[in-house]
Amino acid sequence: MSAGDPTALSTPWVRPSAVFLPRLDPLVIPIGALLGGLLAFSFFLVVLGKAPVDFFSLVYKAGFGTAFSWQNTLSRVAPLLLTALCVALPARLGLVVIGGEGAVVLGGLAAAVAGFALSGAPGAIGIPLMMLAAMLVGGLWIGAVGALRFKRGVNETISSLLMAYVAIALLNHLVESTFRDPASLNKPSTAPLDEALRVGSLFGMDVHWGFAAGIIACIVAWVLIERTTWGFAARIAGGNMRAAQIQGLPVGRLIIGFTAAGGACAGLAGFFEVAAVHGSANGSLISGYGYTGILIAFLARHNPLAIIPVAILLSGFEASSGLIQRRMDLPDATILVLEGFVFVAILVSETLYGRFRIFQPRAEAV
Amino acid sequence: MGDTDLGLWAVPLAMLGGAIRVSTPFLFVSLGECLTERSGRINLGLEGTLVFGAMSGYAVAYESGSAWIGVLAAAGAGTLFGLFHGWVCKLPRVNDIAIGIALMLLGMGLAFFFGKPYVQPQAPDLPAISFGWWSEISQVEAALQVNALFLIGIVLTVAMWWMFRFTRVGLIIRVVGDSTDAARSMGLNPNKVRLLATGAGGALAGVAGAYLSLYYPGSWNEGLSSGQGLMAVALVIFARWSPVNCFWAALLFGAAGALGPALQSVGFSSGYYLFYAIPYVLTLGLLIAMSSPNRAIESAPGELSITK
Repeated sequence: MSAGDPTALSTPWVRPSAVFLPRLDPLVIPIGALLGGLLAFSFFLVVLGKAPVDFFSLVYKAGFGTAFSWQNTLSRVAPLLLTALCVALPARLGLVVIGGEGAVVLGGLAAAVAGFALSGAPGAIGIPLMMLAAMLVGGLWIGAVGALRFKRGVNETISSLLMAYVAIALLNHLVESTFRDPASLNKPSTAPLDEALRVGSLFGMDVHWGFAAGIIACIVAWVLIERTTWGFAARIAGGNMRAAQIQGLPVGRLIIGFTAAGGACAGLAGFFEVAAVHGSANGSLISGYGYTGILIAFLARHNPLAIIPVAILLSGFEASSGLIQRRMDLPDATILVLEGFVFVAILVSETLYGRFRIFQPRAEAV
Repeated sequence: MGDTDLGLWAVPLAMLGGAIRVSTPFLFVSLGECLTERSGRINLGLEGTLVFGAMSGYAVAYESGSAWIGVLAAAGAGTLFGLFHGWVCKLPRVNDIAIGIALMLLGMGLAFFFGKPYVQPQAPDLPAISFGWWSEISQVEAALQVNALFLIGIVLTVAMWWMFRFTRVGLIIRVVGDSTDAARSMGLNPNKVRLLATGAGGALAGVAGAYLSLYYPGSWNEGLSSGQGLMAVALVIFARWSPVNCFWAALLFGAAGALGPALQSVGFSSGYYLFYAIPYVLTLGLLIAMSSPNRAIESAPGELSITK
């Protein structure tokens, strides 16, 4: 019985549960879908003759069991947080941008090149400039996707994906030619960064500063979306672009701004991969973080604060990959299969919104 | 007969041969995507279907000893992926683009998972038909080694053109693709039509994958596909949803993909990676040229989410 029911008009009394339960809708359904995906994956394991209990206890042990495994998990979270934002920010406008990988690799390359140009500079000057270069390149790359969408009506999903392939080709080409360090023989790379331009660990832990940056970026993105007029305007434009335009909202600036902000986040992920993990830009930057970020953003329903726990969870799964391969004799693609199951489950669950009567605000006759 | 020095003529010749070899998977996967999109739905998951088709085709060909049984198995696996996509999209509020991305991930994951034991063994290859027997020059002969699937692809192209143009089934798919309401008022069930169109499209993507693993490059490994399934989506837009144009577009993409290796064979080796990027840049350029902020792309199916 919906709130539009004629009997509802004559009865002002609203059941207390109806006031609180609607808020559970966006919480219960994704968690249920996550569990559903894990259940389907468990079934998959059972069919193959493997015990799901073993699997999940190994994931717990390798991902979250000890202080060491927590460090291992958290050390992988930074690029996941930042690439998920590259999906979640444009999603606020109803755009599905899935080419964050391109901004990661080019942002990483930009950071390495800036670092080479700045060699000899103190870290306090060099590192912020490298970050800026990475964010600028990443922002321009994905911002171009937004601009193409607004100016030419080019579908952002496809253009961002094509541009990711172009970005990977550019990275491979440039680290083999223009920016190649002659000393890198087996694996073409840019020149290694100065020690002063490397990003160190967080408070003596084995987790680099990218983690803190990722968390801050998520919080800032949440404030931007939920607590500013820009975020509010973006949400309106995402609901109905035409109506927003007629209302006089700067739809073009919103589209380009939000896509560029997402791209800057992905570029920043590239910066941390170079400055905190690899020490130079090379083929290792192409590691699929951009694609895991898509899954995380969808699981978090494009809420930047929800991205944090979801990214940590998935990072724990990925951190346990090696142990699962050794102990359970399963291939390394097992985690990819698990992610696929969860992703499908979360999308199928979209159909459940508004289906359950207990979640719907309603007024009842006394 | 032997290697003749052809000088720079080797480049167009290698491109012709390469175009035919490289274009076949593009042709199949784009015909599949074309069929699905004409029914008003987009399947971005064809990349996963293609990779899974490559793995299952290779595995079945190895186990059964027949490459053609492998192709059939790949088509069957592709159908299942397509039907699953079609069934999930039937549910209200499920986004066909997002579910495609998820199925891409799942298809690749499952392919890598089950394909691990098949990275080493050698499965039988699909046979090639030689059209170059008349030539004395070995490069010409090599360029005109045409796989049977390429010829089947040509037949399929014409058949699909015929279907859309002259048959009842083709009309039904077009009506459903252009307007769900009109289809309903004609007593058609749009969801059912789209389910079947997505299933058939998945089968063709599976065959495209089997071509990769069973003919060219002709082995199964995790880096086998270079995104043909994804580029098919753009290729179909470029072809303006016409099967015949899909054929020419596939040839063009094949030629662009063959340009890098062809230039390398005559000693022009710098910028190798940039040649790989040509098809992507080409697609993007065409997409930009054809799109407009004010209207859908000309001749696009009315119900297609990406062009609305």
